[in-house]
Amino acid sequence: MSRWRRAFSLLALLVPAYGWLAFAVLAPLTIMLVFSFLSDVPIGERAVFFTLDNYRNFFEHIFYWRLTAKSLLTSFYTTLLCILLGYPMALAMAKVIPNQWRAALFMLVIVPFWSNTIVRLYSWAIVLRKGGVLDLFFQSLGIQMGSFEILYTYQAILIGLVHGYLPYMVLTLYIALDRIENSLLEAAASLGANAWQRFWRILFPLSLPGMISGAILIYIPAIGSFVEPRLLGGRAGTMIGTIIEDQFVQLFKWNFGATLSFLLLVIVLIFMALLGLILRRTRFLRG
Amino acid sequence: MSRAISTIASLYALLILVFLYGPLVVMIIMGFNRSPFYELPFQYDLIWFQKLSTNERILTATRNSIVLAFAVSILATFLGTLAAWAMSRYHFRGKNILRILIIPPITIPWLILAVALLLMFYWLKIPRSLFTLVVGHVGVSLPYVILIMSTRFQGLDSSLEEAARSLGAGPFTTFQRITLPLIIPGLVASFMFTFAVSFDNFTLSHFLAPQGVSTLPVEIYTSIRKGFTPEINAISAIVFFFSAILVLFSSREIKFVG
Repeated sequence: MSRWRRAFSLLALLVPAYGWLAFAVLAPLTIMLVFSFLSDVPIGERAVFFTLDNYRNFFEHIFYWRLTAKSLLTSFYTTLLCILLGYPMALAMAKVIPNQWRAALFMLVIVPFWSNTIVRLYSWAIVLRKGGVLDLFFQSLGIQMGSFEILYTYQAILIGLVHGYLPYMVLTLYIALDRIENSLLEAAASLGANAWQRFWRILFPLSLPGMISGAILIYIPAIGSFVEPRLLGGRAGTMIGTIIEDQFVQLFKWNFGATLSFLLLVIVLIFMALLGLILRRTRFLRG
Repeated sequence: MSRAISTIASLYALLILVFLYGPLVVMIIMGFNRSPFYELPFQYDLIWFQKLSTNERILTATRNSIVLAFAVSILATFLGTLAAWAMSRYHFRGKNILRILIIPPITIPWLILAVALLLMFYWLKIPRSLFTLVVGHVGVSLPYVILIMSTRFQGLDSSLEEAARSLGAGPFTTFQRITLPLIIPGLVASFMFTFAVSFDNFTLSHFLAPQGVSTLPVEIYTSIRKGFTPEINAISAIVFFFSAILVLFSSREIKFVG
């Protein structure tokens, strides 16, 4: 095959997919950047000029800083809870529970991960609301806490987020733990390492890349959550994500929305680069 | 491993499953309960499913979602497979960069992408339509196909293709008789996965759907914000079983994607 023909077929195979990605992801993000510097949305004859006002608006109002911090913190809690809840689950699946159950468990963890986000959140709303299942359950136990209502609180948002993202953590950790040879653990045991040492000196360090991959897949997308806060958070649910949605859906302040969204993108990219660097580090340690 | 540890592990796994499935089970059961206010005791009734069958808004939204998901998964699977094929069969400079470029569309919050797409279509004066929805949905689905199919192609022994070529089969025949049959499971998995991604996607549709047109997730979202009704439980139950079936069929192929 000649060199030109080879280059041509390579382009023919790659350009459709990557061209689409350029049009659907890269171009919009670039245009968003342009909009964030515009004074107004260009309609008809309206005079539109370049300005820094949108950015000034963000940096001058501590309100937006707080909400951004709140979103970052919420995302952090979500990731942390997913690690705390998911690690024992992944460990149980990979190293304790007998082989014949693993495939079934694996499936059961994947199904909610595929199921519809809105449906999942709705099911939590039904459970957490006043007069909902948890409320009735506590009443039947005779626990009087007035009326139990957790829906429309910050905790409800966290529950919804953890429910959605937990499978990512369980699966990435499971894959990392499953790859660790049992003979390694047996060797350690025969050399006198107790269960804690086997965990802390072997399993944990070798599972770190899985944990960090999981953290990337949870922490980054969760920063922009706005559906969970809307449906489960009520008044407690104002976050940078919902504020961005408001600019586009309610307030028609698209330029300021573009600014907020672009700043969020910068934060997201910084965290992605950092976590990616750490991931490379841990893989390097693994040898 | 001692018995106690294995009991604790099983109990813990059970607890996690209760957390993952509890609310969904409650939601599904309540879809079969007669009371419009989710009152107990439970009285079995199909009234909410019957009401659903005459709810034009939800039926139309469901139809829109299915048409959209079909278009998206066919396009994404086709384009993604071509790219994955190139990446696994050719050596070229910049391949690693192309690999890394797949990650941002997966991890960048959909809200940011949705807003950016909305602005771009406005700027290009393209009115919101099925087309704008397809552009966005395919954009977020493509990376998954490239991931799934790359794994598939790597697992495929290229010497089979070389053997066919050396025995005189042309590129097309080789593809049709050797490569295609070997990658069909991967294609099916990609199709189903991207179907699920599109069918589930609320955020992009929320911003990119034309006025008055909604997809199922958008419609459910709107109804929830108006108030709870067991009809939503009924449609949610159907949607849940539908996605569960999709997983069961394609899970053999997808060890893990993300």
